[in-house]
Amino acid sequence: MQEPNLLVGLTGVFNLKNLTAFTGGIRREIAGGTFQSITIDFSGVTYLDSASALAFVQIEQDCALRGISCHLTNLNDEAKGIFSVIHAEALTRAPFKEENAYEGFVRRVGQASVSLARDFVSFVTFIGDLLVALFYTLRHPGTLRGKDVLFYVQRAGVDGLPIVGLIGLLMGLIMAFMSFLQFRQFGANIYVPALVSFAMIKELGPLMTAILVAGRSGSAFAAEIGTMVVNEEVDALTTMGFDPIRFLAVPKVLATIIVVPILTVYADLFGVLGGMIIGVTSLDLTVKTYITQSIRTIQVFDVVTSLIKAAVFAALIAAIGCQRGFQVRAGAQDVGKFTTSAVVAAIFLIVVADSIFAIMLYYVKRL
Amino acid sequence: MEPQPIITVKNLSARFGDNVVFENVSFEVYKGEVLVIVGGSGCGKSTLLRIMIGLLKPFAGQVLYQGMDVTAAEESELNNYRQNIGVLFQSGALFSSMTLGENIALPLAEYTDLEEDAIRRIIKMKLGMVNLAGYENHYPAELSGGMKKRAGIARAMALDPRVLFLDELSAGLDPITAVELDDLIVKTNEALGTTMVIVTHELESIYKIAHRVLMLDKTAKGMIAEGTPLELKKQATDPRVQSFFLRQLPPATEKQEFYDN
Repeated sequence: MQEPNLLVGLTGVFNLKNLTAFTGGIRREIAGGTFQSITIDFSGVTYLDSASALAFVQIEQDCALRGISCHLTNLNDEAKGIFSVIHAEALTRAPFKEENAYEGFVRRVGQASVSLARDFVSFVTFIGDLLVALFYTLRHPGTLRGKDVLFYVQRAGVDGLPIVGLIGLLMGLIMAFMSFLQFRQFGANIYVPALVSFAMIKELGPLMTAILVAGRSGSAFAAEIGTMVVNEEVDALTTMGFDPIRFLAVPKVLATIIVVPILTVYADLFGVLGGMIIGVTSLDLTVKTYITQSIRTIQVFDVVTSLIKAAVFAALIAAIGCQRGFQVRAGAQDVGKFTTSAVVAAIFLIVVADSIFAIMLYYVKRL
Repeated sequence: MEPQPIITVKNLSARFGDNVVFENVSFEVYKGEVLVIVGGSGCGKSTLLRIMIGLLKPFAGQVLYQGMDVTAAEESELNNYRQNIGVLFQSGALFSSMTLGENIALPLAEYTDLEEDAIRRIIKMKLGMVNLAGYENHYPAELSGGMKKRAGIARAMALDPRVLFLDELSAGLDPITAVELDDLIVKTNEALGTTMVIVTHELESIYKIAHRVLMLDKTAKGMIAEGTPLELKKQATDPRVQSFFLRQLPPATEKQEFYDN
């Protein structure tokens, strides 16, 4: 037998919390029954929110599809108001933009290559701009923002002393201990101080300091400049007639170039100190012997090239940090992305530059 | 019908360190009304709003919502309260890494058990309510200032809040966009009966949207006037209120200060 009409009487509160339950119930009735019409009575409703109103609109549409006529009755003014904000047109309008679809492998490889190439071009361009700005500052020292330089000397340098010292000390300690374990088999303990000081000064000191500075300061530069870009502060600088690179990047680059060689010396000293702790406690060397042994293999040439290397690392770290900062376009996510990229790219460049130095110095020394 | 208070603010005082922002502010927000808070820069409008939405603890006083003191509530109670309110921040505060649709879906997915399909329909409806139908896959960065504000309202309305707080509603918008926004506020208030607490400076929009106005003042460190916009314009005796509603510089003292600077 076909029932002519289903009467649904609603009472109580209808909101987001119980929406799934009551629409499910009504839908089941519609799907299971054979009605010609449905009347939904709203007289007992005490509260109705817009999401549930939308659900009733949806039910009306479902009914229309099945050829059932649906009536919503006894709506009070409040409920009528809520139904009035639901625009049928808005519900069916297709999005103006497609959702980001998954792109094929080939396409993504292509895009990655293009962006890598663009990245390289923009870095080289930035280095050029930076050099121009640096030369300008050299010719017009009055334009240098001295206070900023000092500020970043403190941030990147002074504030970094404890961690650089600690890591240097531990590296010296570990190296001395590991080499002592090997050397004692041959009774060659006396060479431990030379090994530690040689490795620290030539390679590990500059490299480790640079990596620490990249993590501490390169990231800070990128985040700082990136946030300024997002806040339109960089645009403000440009419109006030300042060159953002000269204003923001030059002080950071100069400060880093000043600071990193000093930090490197500091790390070297702590490394030797760390080695000495092992030397004195486990190798039965006196402090005096340890120091003379340490100095024996070190030449002035090594120290000078190590400091030059540190300065080059510093320039790379600061330049890439600033450049990544300027690449930020909008939003918090961009700042995070380019800050990460600043550190990763800086460490990569440091290692590349270090390899170039190793080969170059070998031939220079043979001259 | 007697107006029912939905939020009661009692003897509220706010300080930052030794700096007293305001003292002994008391008022009620009635169900279904649009209450506008006005006042010069630095008078503590935004601070008041932040205390009312539970982001900031006051120095003293209470904010009661259905008998619960927001200023002393536990985090779980406060979360419950926050599901009943919506907030539009000054700059919209849309999540820049998400599309508009995802921005609106966020509270819906977190606090309800709706299916994805239902959420998608609600997103469409909410965007339709603020005249942004079709923009669900756009990112906030692709929108103009007025659109961002409207999208912010759509997100604030996602859970059909009982009370909507709007900070600096029309700041930085062109007059036409501001008028559109006012219309949207009036329409939403009439259709859904949502109670609204709005901070704004725009005199024209105050006349258009406000049922009641509260005025705070920096020198008085508190509330100096309360009433309908027309009452305040016509009957206010306080020179600070008069100068705000007549758009004039306050008499003598501050004018002098203005030129001295």
